[in-house]
Amino acid sequence: MTGAATPEPPVEGPRTRLGRLGDFFDKRLGLARLARAALDKIFPDQWSFLLGEIALYSFVILVGTGIFLALFFTAGQTTVTYDGSYAPLQGVEMSAAYQSALDLSFDVRAGLFFRQMHHWAALIFMAAIIVHMMRVFFTGAFRRPREINWVIGLSLFLLAFANGFAGYSLLDDQLSGTGLRIGNAAVISIPLVGTWIGSFLFGGDFPGDAIIGRLYSLHILVIPLLIAVLLAAHLTILIRHKHTHFPGKGARDDNVVGQRLWPTYTAKALGLFFITAGVLALMAGLLQINPIWLYGPFDIANVSSASQPDWYVGWLEGALRVMPNWTLSIFGYEIPNPFWGGVLLPGVTFSILYAWPWIEARLSGDRREHHVLDRPRDRPLRTALGVAVLVFYTVLGLAGADDVIAVAFGLSLNAWVWALRVGCIVLPIASAFITFRVCKELQLRDGPAPATGQRAPGGVTPAGDAGGDEAASSDPVPGPAVEPLERLDEAKTPVP
Amino acid sequence: MSSRRSWAVGLLSASVVAGVVLVLVGTAAGDQQPEDVRALSDKLDDPEVIAQGRSLFERACVSCHGDGGQGSDFGPSLLSDGATGADFMLRTGRMPLASPVPQAPSKPQAFSDEETDALVAYVADLAEDRALPVVEAAAGDLVLGGELFRANCAPCHNASAIGGALSFGQHAPSLLEVPGQQIGEAMRFGPGEMPVFGEDVFSDHEMNSIVRYVDYLKDPDDPGGLSLGRIGPVTEGFAAWIIGMAALLIGIRWVTAKLWQRRTEETEVGV
Ligand code: HEC
Ligand code: HEC
Ligand code: HEM
Repeated sequence: MTGAATPEPPVEGPRTRLGRLGDFFDKRLGLARLARAALDKIFPDQWSFLLGEIALYSFVILVGTGIFLALFFTAGQTTVTYDGSYAPLQGVEMSAAYQSALDLSFDVRAGLFFRQMHHWAALIFMAAIIVHMMRVFFTGAFRRPREINWVIGLSLFLLAFANGFAGYSLLDDQLSGTGLRIGNAAVISIPLVGTWIGSFLFGGDFPGDAIIGRLYSLHILVIPLLIAVLLAAHLTILIRHKHTHFPGKGARDDNVVGQRLWPTYTAKALGLFFITAGVLALMAGLLQINPIWLYGPFDIANVSSASQPDWYVGWLEGALRVMPNWTLSIFGYEIPNPFWGGVLLPGVTFSILYAWPWIEARLSGDRREHHVLDRPRDRPLRTALGVAVLVFYTVLGLAGADDVIAVAFGLSLNAWVWALRVGCIVLPIASAFITFRVCKELQLRDGPAPATGQRAPGGVTPAGDAGGDEAASSDPVPGPAVEPLERLDEAKTPVP
Repeated sequence: MSSRRSWAVGLLSASVVAGVVLVLVGTAAGDQQPEDVRALSDKLDDPEVIAQGRSLFERACVSCHGDGGQGSDFGPSLLSDGATGADFMLRTGRMPLASPVPQAPSKPQAFSDEETDALVAYVADLAEDRALPVVEAAAGDLVLGGELFRANCAPCHNASAIGGALSFGQHAPSLLEVPGQQIGEAMRFGPGEMPVFGEDVFSDHEMNSIVRYVDYLKDPDDPGGLSLGRIGPVTEGFAAWIIGMAALLIGIRWVTAKLWQRRTEETEVGV
């Protein structure tokens, strides 16, 4: 044939170089299937499901800002003479740790911004974890099959708590030293083994010369690593279980209604990351936090009035403060007072929290799988109990700041402490009662509860998968997609 | 939606305003200079001034402190107070007291400077103690003052001098509005529950240094943004919730707002 070039038969497979590279891996690893499954993962579109994400992003920011701080921070307790640019401390003897924190604040470019962002992020991290836990608790999201994730979540809370305390204690200013001293007293108060554990942790008597170095390796390496591992497990299990969802809009115990990871949810998650980072950066730039230069270097002989821990430790401090000055002797061994508030209370609290999914299953006799959430009002007893516990710890948290509040409102400190002692018993009971009544009232207002969310008797799954497919493929903006729980449908959204 | 948004804006601006109010603590004017104190010392033994003081005392103070300042059920004896105590109590406005309270609060000075001087002269005469510390903060050493302040005063008055609670309704007041001279007098006199820091404890140089550091704390070199009242972790915790968490909760409400779902609602799936 002359002239007319025969058109090449269309090439099978991708044409771009990147595409071919992808194809190479796909042919060998089957990645496209995985990617498709991941991109198709459906997220319920409800604000309270994003609380955990705020915690996640705060953690990312903590690691980022923490790495910057670690470039300049010295975790040493050797005595040095300050010669940085903060005049009121010029020539004062202090530990290397405190000096490097001062340098970060005054002499390292953007150092103070990063210190403040790191600290604000720590406060927000804890707040977000707690609100996230409240969401999980009040909606019954910890029920089977999600008990393991409840346990992991609690462990994350404890690790974050410990890391926050360690970070706060690193700087070796007067406030952090006071916090460590109280922590040390609580550890020593443990019957029989306390003194031994105390000198093991601190390498001798308080303060010793080892504690800052030890806290440092915990703070920047061990605990963050544990957090990262547990987070990975937390999220993997979440993907495995799929999200829970609230009743309504076709939500059942055997599907998930919401939006796909790609593209809608990705945009939202990325947006939320930037919102979190933006809020934290604004706070870091505009609101001073932990002005250690005013507190001065730690000196075991000094203490400042109004020495408070960060807010999330406040309930422990409060427990120590409201506890009447009782001592109890068992077999001639006197249990020191800090034991009650500083060891027993957190021990009991967290044991109960860890066991809660099983405690509740036993109490209610309901051991079935649940993927549709409870509305808090539909479980008035659980809701009332949760509110009571929150009120209890809030009162303790206020007790941790009792002296500041007494001065601010012109109250007598002693009278106020007694009011708090009564309050931490009376207020939880009263608020539980009120919550219970409010839940019942709301239920009545709703009329008879809709029967959504219950698996049809006999294990028959109502139809619905087909509907889900239709919605996803016909709408360019993937809409409220419905995903069956038992299997992942293929080819819902083309993998780009 | 819009009402919810304006509520959020209201909350945010309220917390910002609260923060600003906390920060804007002004300092009192008309402080005594060292010359004024020396001039006062010079006239403390002037009989005319003492006589003027006695007549003022008989008008404003006898009802509680009794004839010749020997004390009554309503006020302690002044026979051992001397010039320092009188000057401190009068110039911080603690005296005259309106009605007996557990801890006399500080108020604006009640008498003119001249009348106050006369009263001081009279009370000093009762005790034959005319010694007045002369505070010269500028001569003090800022760094030394900081160390002494943190070790001796911060336990009650707080490291940033904002004051603190003591037991049984007493409190150590904020020092941020107290004039330098009265800070020195408070150390030498030891009002109420406060210990006396006499010359055997702090030399004049050390006293001046402490005053210089407190003066510094009134307007510290304080980078990092709004100071949140320098109360420490308590206000920081409230800010984390009221400003940070509030903003982020609004953020997640916005991200999941109905606004973005309008398209999808039209095609809602019946299951
Ligand atoms: C309403 C009763 C009352 C009146 C009026 C009063 N005082 Fe007092 N004064 C007290 C009380 C009560 C105290 C002890 C309070 C305290 O230490 O906080 C006191 C304490 C003092 C002290 C310190 C005594 C000490 O050793 O602690 C001085 C000095 C003093 N008054 C001077 C005066 C002078 C001068 C006047 C008149 C301008 C005056 N007071 C008017 C009740 C009164
Ligand atoms: C044991 C606690 C304690 C210590 C330590 C202490 N103060 Fe005081 N201070 C008080 C109390 C209580 C008052 C209020 C006395 C009254 O009005 O009855 C006070 C009052 C004052 C005042 C008057 C404040 C005003 O509002 O007029 C000054 C100034 C002052 N103190 C300075 C100091 C300085 C400087 C030091 C350290 C050298 C110091 N104080 C150490 C408890 C203390
Ligand atoms: C769970 C995560 C974390 C929490 C809750 C946390 C919390 C804190 C807190 C509250 C402080 C005191 C801050 C101040 O006032 O200056 C601090 C200090 C510090 N953190 Fe973290 N942190 C976390 C993770 C990290 C990581 C991953 C690193 C490093 C890789 C790091 C490095 C540091 C350093 C070097 C300091 C001391 C320096 C300074 O603040 O001046 N942190 N941390």
